Amino acid sequence: MLKIDGISSHYSGVQALDEIFLALAEGEILALVGGNGAGKTTLLNLISGIIRPSRGKIVFKGKNIVSFSPEKIVELGIIQVPEGRHLFGPLTVRENLELGAYRRRGKRNKKKISEDFKYILQLFPVLEKRLNQRAETLSGGEQQMLAIGRGLMGKPVLLLLDEPSLGLAPLVVQEIISVIERLRKEGTTILLVEQNARAALRISDRAYVLKTGKIQLQGKASDLLEDEEVKRAYLGQDS
Amino acid sequence: MDFSQQIAQYIVTGLTIGAIYAIVAMGFNIIHNATGIVNFAQCEFISLGGMFMYSLVVLFKVNPMISFFISMAGVAIIGALIEIGPIRHARSKEIIVLIFLTIGLSEVLRGTAQEVWGTDNVGVPAFSGENPIHLLGGGTIVPQHIWVFAITVLVMLMLHYFFKKTLMGKAMRATSVNRRAAALVGISVNRIILFSFAFSGALGAVAGIIIAPISTTSYDTGIMLGLKGFAAAILGGYGNFAGAILGGVILGLLESLGAGLISSQYKDAIAFFVLLLVLFLKPAGIMGYGEAERV
Ligand SMILES: Nc1ncnc2c1ncn2[C@@H]1O[C@H](COP(=O)(O)OP(=O)(O)OP(=O)(O)O)[C@@H](O)[C@H]1O
Ligand SMILES: [Mg+2]
Repeated sequence: MLKIDGISSHYSGVQALDEIFLALAEGEILALVGGNGAGKTTLLNLISGIIRPSRGKIVFKGKNIVSFSPEKIVELGIIQVPEGRHLFGPLTVRENLELGAYRRRGKRNKKKISEDFKYILQLFPVLEKRLNQRAETLSGGEQQMLAIGRGLMGKPVLLLLDEPSLGLAPLVVQEIISVIERLRKEGTTILLVEQNARAALRISDRAYVLKTGKIQLQGKASDLLEDEEVKRAYLGQDS
Repeated sequence: MDFSQQIAQYIVTGLTIGAIYAIVAMGFNIIHNATGIVNFAQCEFISLGGMFMYSLVVLFKVNPMISFFISMAGVAIIGALIEIGPIRHARSKEIIVLIFLTIGLSEVLRGTAQEVWGTDNVGVPAFSGENPIHLLGGGTIVPQHIWVFAITVLVMLMLHYFFKKTLMGKAMRATSVNRRAAALVGISVNRIILFSFAFSGALGAVAGIIIAPISTTSYDTGIMLGLKGFAAAILGGYGNFAGAILGGVILGLLESLGAGLISSQYKDAIAFFVLLLVLFLKPAGIMGYGEAERV
């Protein structure tokens, strides 16, 4: 479904990604793990068209999308839930969700959108009480749920999640992980970026390990969970 | 006329001119919220609105209602062209460079208007006659003032509806809050900016059109009205919509009462003095509260 083909990226001359090759199949959850500054967010922003690569192709369903504008990429159904949430803070929770469905605007989708709206409130019941509140007044966990909910309102064909569990309490992390599992069961293809490697590897099919802009390892998530090097570098001592 | 009648008269005049400032301030705010720049070509939108109206109604004898909408659309198109051409293709995206660019564009538009219409002040007939209407208490009001109020209120209600209820309006607010997030939900930021220029063009035109029968119009009437509208926007809190209304009304009233009670010589000075005072005491403007939403 998605193929990253020899992508390199620079920030004002400094290399952030070095010839990345990566493939993602339909219906799969692919984890992308790696430490601070490894280049994970950079890769997602390249896919979303927020930044441009210095070299390489990004092929989505057979089409090279590397020069597409962000809104055109969203139109294809590639939807990113960005690191740090990037909510529309002064707008209400309801408005944030409505805007998530922006790419499906138009009369035809009205009914489907309101069904999805209900579905998202069912996924994240805490949001229901907060619908008319400004997004910036929510707690961190609620904001993350809203960010994911806004992403889902766009009916993603491919969902890019950038550190959805960052800075959240364990219980909230658990809730978000179970939502990701549910989305997988419903057939959404997901590229999951996480520093919390253990959780990410547990729910993923396959994984890539990124280190200072290069793919260091790749394989089945369950194999990587057992890999000595991964254990040492990303899973801590208690595994 | 006794003193209280006089005061009432000043208030009516002040509110009328304040309404104009408020509409102009909205135009400044819309472009600011989309792009972060101050668009000084807003001044020319006002002049052009008035001059288009004059040409259609007086020179070509077109029905005033139809003229109103054509003038509005015409200036909206000019606003859009400014964005599609020079603003979008400016090499530098620095805010300060773009602001200077709008000053340059303003000069070009004004120069062109001068070539087309000359420098004379021209009149535009009032929308529904000149016969004053007597108010309770003995004051009078000319119908055009009522038109100005009614149209301003209507414009404000429509703006409110647009920004709060329509998806496009929400997308514009979203873009002003966080451009990257807007792009990530599929909003075309370029299209929002284009729309903002057209929208501000239409608003500037409305202001120029409805004031023209009261104060006459010329190729450069927009300069002073535009600067006062800009002052109103700052007074209210730049980018803030409720602030624009408040700022406009306060400025209009001060000006009118100041001119009537003190001296018309100080009319402009009073307005700008109050502006300086407010900025000194509350730099973010009356309704400005830092990062909070401006719509
Ligand atoms: N806007 C930017 N300008 C300059 N350098 C940047 C920018 N964004 C990221 N970088 C650099 O690019 C490299 C990769 O950063 P990136 O944000 O992609 O890492 P990451 O894997 O997402 O890290 P984290 O886990 O901390 O989010 C880092 O060295 C970072 O400092
Ligand atoms: Mg990151």
